[in-house]
Amino acid sequence: MTETEETGVAAGTTDGTDASADAAPLLKVRGLVRHFPITKGLLKRQVGAVQAVDGIDFDVRPGETLGVVGESGCGKSTMGRLITRLDEPTGGSIEFEGRDITHLSPGRLRPMRRDVQMIFQDPYGSLNPRHTIGGIVGTPFRLQGVEPEGGVKKEVQRLLELVGLSPEHYNRYPHEFSGGQRQRIGIARALALKPKLVVADEPVSALDVSIQAQVVNLMDDLQDELGLTYVIIAHDLSVIRHVSDRIAVMYLGKIVELADRKSLYEAPMHPYTKALLSAVPVPDPKRRTQRDRILLTGDVPSPIDPPSGCRFRTRCWKATEVCSTTEPPLVALRGGHKVACHHPENAPESVGAGTPGTAGSGG
Amino acid sequence: MTDSPDSTTGPATGPTAGSGTGATAPAGPPATAPDLTKTGAAVGEPAPAGSGAPTAFLEVRDLKVHFPTDDGIVKSVDGLSFTLEKGRTLGIVGESGSGKSVTSLAVMGLHRASRQQRAKVDMSGEIWLDGKELVGADPDEVRRLRGREMAMIFQDPLSALHPYYTVGNQIVEAYRVHHDVDKKTARKRAVEMLDRVGIPQPDKRVDDHPHQFSGGMRQRAMIAMALVNNPELLIADEPTTALDVTVQAQILDLIRDLQKEFGSAVIIITHDLGVVAELADQLLVMYGGRCIERGPADKVFYEPQHPYTWGLLGSMPRIDREQTERLIPVKGSPPSLINVPGGCAFNPRCPYADLPKDNVTRTVRPELREAGGGGHVAACHLAQEERERIWTEEIAPKL
Repeated sequence: MTETEETGVAAGTTDGTDASADAAPLLKVRGLVRHFPITKGLLKRQVGAVQAVDGIDFDVRPGETLGVVGESGCGKSTMGRLITRLDEPTGGSIEFEGRDITHLSPGRLRPMRRDVQMIFQDPYGSLNPRHTIGGIVGTPFRLQGVEPEGGVKKEVQRLLELVGLSPEHYNRYPHEFSGGQRQRIGIARALALKPKLVVADEPVSALDVSIQAQVVNLMDDLQDELGLTYVIIAHDLSVIRHVSDRIAVMYLGKIVELADRKSLYEAPMHPYTKALLSAVPVPDPKRRTQRDRILLTGDVPSPIDPPSGCRFRTRCWKATEVCSTTEPPLVALRGGHKVACHHPENAPESVGAGTPGTAGSGG
Repeated sequence: MTDSPDSTTGPATGPTAGSGTGATAPAGPPATAPDLTKTGAAVGEPAPAGSGAPTAFLEVRDLKVHFPTDDGIVKSVDGLSFTLEKGRTLGIVGESGSGKSVTSLAVMGLHRASRQQRAKVDMSGEIWLDGKELVGADPDEVRRLRGREMAMIFQDPLSALHPYYTVGNQIVEAYRVHHDVDKKTARKRAVEMLDRVGIPQPDKRVDDHPHQFSGGMRQRAMIAMALVNNPELLIADEPTTALDVTVQAQILDLIRDLQKEFGSAVIIITHDLGVVAELADQLLVMYGGRCIERGPADKVFYEPQHPYTWGLLGSMPRIDREQTERLIPVKGSPPSLINVPGGCAFNPRCPYADLPKDNVTRTVRPELREAGGGGHVAACHLAQEERERIWTEEIAPKL
């Protein structure tokens, strides 16, 4: 994957010129690749690969929330598992606090696990039904050999209180809790060792709307209180907009757009982002006739055999000859707004017309 | 409900067209039915139970679906009424466990399809579809209607389609159950339907198995199956929840177009207020097995009357508005349907539960009352003026 490494270097240099990137990034990802091999026959000969993540570069700065959006199969969850090193990357590099963790062995990763934690999507599947809440939230201490001040039990009860549960829940089992409460338990476990980076993979998508808001607010409060850095992976663009400072949009294993929240939602530059934003159903019956929605045709192509050049070109209304031959690199255009497109929307010379989600002066 | 209501309605109460007539006129002097009193109900307000065949295309009256369990009776739906005309779309909104899917299965007669199911469910009330009552009807009769008069789109197309049979065969089967045609004609019809719902190369894809379809295409295939008999009532239970936004937009557009074309009545069940805003003319908000607010979609969205509806709107991050600092969640969690709170089911979570006097929110169950006109009703103890004040002063500015 020489090509992706090249773009990685290019993106790295543009990073240096970013005005907002003065602090050293907490997490630095360059040219990250994860291909899942497809084997066939008795000899398990590799006949292809699912290119789940195919060369992505981004930084996570301390204290910020990076939102990652995309449709199912775009590789966002794989990316989450790679940066927490729950999965082994095929290529590229991951640096956490300046230290290369790309291919560390499980044993040497263990100290790092204290600093990077994960919140999972399914609050039912991610808690062991045979362990008590106290056991679940206390496990990180046991695994890391940490003896908190005042003992594990006291610390676990403090954590339960922190996430809005009662300390008396210590001896209960997961089945006694509702989905929202279970998600809180998952958050308490992730926060037990005072991590620096929390990767949350669809933290609220399994929850009801009213509960979803409770958990979003909780995560927000905890970030303020504990100075956490979040990488939040979700498919819901409204939720992502609410929680994120910067947002990366993924399509078929690539980041196609990376920008701060305001500029992404008010003036999306990649046609895919524009189409995504226009497709979000809005709870306002009047708008159904007013807005012009961009309807993408067809489905996301298979990541086993992605289209040549720009991967979005098969569904893009602006695609031209160059899109099928040359892969657009992720480059910073206006004010650090990075986009990988040959024909960006809302480019500096054009006026941002009809961008959904404009609040006042768009474009 | 074993006695057929048809016998008690007296003569000449055929489904007369025209919504202006409103309440059922006491069509005959025989005062056998005691509650044939005139219902001064608002437009769209269903008549009380037992008052004879309705004029609306679909009318549900005081529907109750209870499931007896070892822990107690699960009152999934507890007194739900609504009407729906052809060509209109009703959106039913609520959180998980509010009874919305149980309602749709009840209308389809799927709680009583087999003997085992009948033993497990306790259903009462009336469901009138085009002049026929379904709750008390023979399950075989309902089965003949299912698929032809009414059809359903399920949430998860992967589990709703049979993995062993080709998509085409499943559509052909649905068609041949209700139409006496040979396989060739039915297959042609299946291809035609697949084409209509936007499947590319339908004559080839008709022989594919469901796993060869993508999520969006499966949902299209299921819509094709649901529409193959031109049903007059289409129920879509979370039709887009399993889909990505871009595909969701395609499917919602498709449902809207098909409704225009076929003129069917559509019930769309979802937890996503955005989806109903795209499709529904009428909106029904459910909480704890009951309707707590119902009215024209515009009214419910712009002048919601129930604190729970406010809560739902406040909980949603909105992409179309200025960024808000914090969401306004509803505190607590949805009630257990075995042990629904006394009085108003929403009272433990309601920030305004103490406003009405005498603790009435905890003791008396509020009935649906006219609120704001235009057939907009809400079940809340708060006085109308109070609710309007809270909405305009406290809630609306924060959304």
